Amino acid sequence: MVTTPKQEIVRAAGAEMGVVRGGSGKPILVLHDELGYPGWLEWNEGLARERSFVIPLQPGFGQTERIDWIRSYRDLAGLYSQIVRELGAAPIDVIGFSAGGYIAAEMAAADPNIFSHMVLVAPMGIKPAAGEIADFLAMTVRNHLLSTVADAAKTPEFTKIYGAQMTPAQFEAFEDARSETARIGWEPFMHNPSLPHLLRGVKIPTLLVWGTRDAIVPRGCIDAYRAAIAGAQVALCEGVGHRPEIESAAEFDRIVSKFLAS
Amino acid sequence: MQIGYFTERPYRWLPEEVILKNGAFFAVSNKLYDRERAADDYHYYLDENCYAEDLGFDVVALNEHHGNPICMGSVMNVEASVLAYRTKRVRLVLIGNPLPVIKHPLRMAEELAEIDLISRGRLVTGWVRGAGSEQFFNNANPAYNREMFNEAHDFIVQAWTRPGPWRYEGKHFHYRHVNPWALPYQKPHPPMWIPGTLSPETVEWCAEHRYPYIGLGTPLGPTCDLWDFYADEAAKHGYQAGPENFGYMVATAVAETEEKAQKIAEGFVYGGGQNAFSAPQFTMPPGYNSKAAIRILAKQQTSAWLGISGEKVREQMHGGDTGEIDYTDVRRKLHAALMRGQQNMQVIVGTPKTIIPKIKTIMGTLRIGIFIILSIQGPVADDERRTSMRLFAEEVIPELKAYAKESGILDPFQRTPGSVKLAAGTKRAPVVNRELMPDLGK
Repeated sequence: MVTTPKQEIVRAAGAEMGVVRGGSGKPILVLHDELGYPGWLEWNEGLARERSFVIPLQPGFGQTERIDWIRSYRDLAGLYSQIVRELGAAPIDVIGFSAGGYIAAEMAAADPNIFSHMVLVAPMGIKPAAGEIADFLAMTVRNHLLSTVADAAKTPEFTKIYGAQMTPAQFEAFEDARSETARIGWEPFMHNPSLPHLLRGVKIPTLLVWGTRDAIVPRGCIDAYRAAIAGAQVALCEGVGHRPEIESAAEFDRIVSKFLAS
Repeated sequence: MQIGYFTERPYRWLPEEVILKNGAFFAVSNKLYDRERAADDYHYYLDENCYAEDLGFDVVALNEHHGNPICMGSVMNVEASVLAYRTKRVRLVLIGNPLPVIKHPLRMAEELAEIDLISRGRLVTGWVRGAGSEQFFNNANPAYNREMFNEAHDFIVQAWTRPGPWRYEGKHFHYRHVNPWALPYQKPHPPMWIPGTLSPETVEWCAEHRYPYIGLGTPLGPTCDLWDFYADEAAKHGYQAGPENFGYMVATAVAETEEKAQKIAEGFVYGGGQNAFSAPQFTMPPGYNSKAAIRILAKQQTSAWLGISGEKVREQMHGGDTGEIDYTDVRRKLHAALMRGQQNMQVIVGTPKTIIPKIKTIMGTLRIGIFIILSIQGPVADDERRTSMRLFAEEVIPELKAYAKESGILDPFQRTPGSVKLAAGTKRAPVVNRELMPDLGK
């Protein structure tokens, strides 16, 4: 790895947010998933020569204090939008993973000028047209983690991040993340019925990325987003699960790079 | 001394293999539910609780669980209503209504007030947080469990004591018009006893509110530690805790002979018993345990302290055994667990003569004003259940009452919990007597 990302505290919108920054070039806002920031990965490194990353660490996930008034993903999106405005960062490119995609979509629905490009990777947030978002809160931490990739044994970076045996510190961090996810996403589970209606008319160029073996977010979510955002493109990653950025990092970078350059 | 009878009202018609294969009672499909047999058993268990009154128990206790064949009480207030009408003397102790799971404290206040009125003031109402699996069953957000528990409790007390109508805008509950036209018979409201499996947060809350705390078959060593914790907290609130603040429930099976007692006691581990209440993913929903508790669990990977077995924590983190089930081996392990439980005095099995000294040891050690037996679980026949109850009532209860009297053990009706003042800076008196059980390690 060449890049050494830095973690800093950003004081904005009345909050003290832990933020990871790394890379160089035009910034991309990255919204991590419901399991928390997994660290600086190959896909970050692959794009870091051309682009810099701004990765807020979600409140309640251990690095940033839980914010009590935030009781829904829409509340959280409101906070993130305030921060983007205060930092004068809009319009900015965004990549949102899973629940991070939900946050990005809520931000876009409230402010269609906040993003220049929007990449939603296996996004939650809209009730799937068919199928269900897997109830990962009714899985053990271990099974939840394993369900995010199509084949853990064939995903070296997955093993590198999480190791063979979960450490007490990892368990605690996952419990923090899952507890906060439960707190703000429990009901309706990881979606907001009004979101697709509020997304109509949003003109932000949007790319929906989905692994064809995703066991967490069904294809129906991608179809629902396509129906809500006119002109949204879809990139399918064959044979990978919920985390194409880990399971197929080079392909993921290629897809994202091309889209962001468009 | 308040001596109580309690049964989970087990659904007795499931083959054991079904439960073992599922890994737990919770989430066994209700396609196996037999409505005729269930109807018969609801009648039977109501009659059984009336029989407990006839036999001289002071208390019959009820609970509820959801989606779980280990307990047929899905809506305990329904059963409590029937018993309020059918019984005449016995106290009806609800241990307890799962406030965060029900999510409707005004309705709860009305239901309980009616039960108290119908029973003419025999209701003792307890509260619980609801088991982990019940957060899923009722779609109750586990991350708000403790907040909702506290808010619902405070609201209900207000609904019973503050003349209406008034408006309520809380964090989790909102009511435009609070003016229930059913108020409890007892003034200002029924007593509250709180059951638990040793969560320190709950014990602290009980001490603050001066509510008796009932340990549900908890290991005796940690139970003593928690009694001390309760008493320390009580001292901070200016009172001396005593037996009136403490209760204990223990699984108990009695028969005319040791052999018969051991045979029916196997029902306590049928299908895995209480440890098989729910699978790990349902036992610990995210956010249900406090951050402090999670830290302890993560480090120790074992915690009877929180009512969660070490095995469940390890399965959360590292996964469980997914191989074929060897039923004979499983049953052998369960039998061994039952034997261990008896050695640790967490299960009391025998004839009246053999169990009396054991229960006296528990009573003397924990200094409890409330003692409740958890009746036999599993598919045990009606007559064996009733024989166990009868032997306990006729031969054991008088001995326990006499022991309580000579030991100066008072119950919550003899001395109001929290009524013994303790001046600031005064050293509190002991609340447990570990000398009776030197093996407790402290």
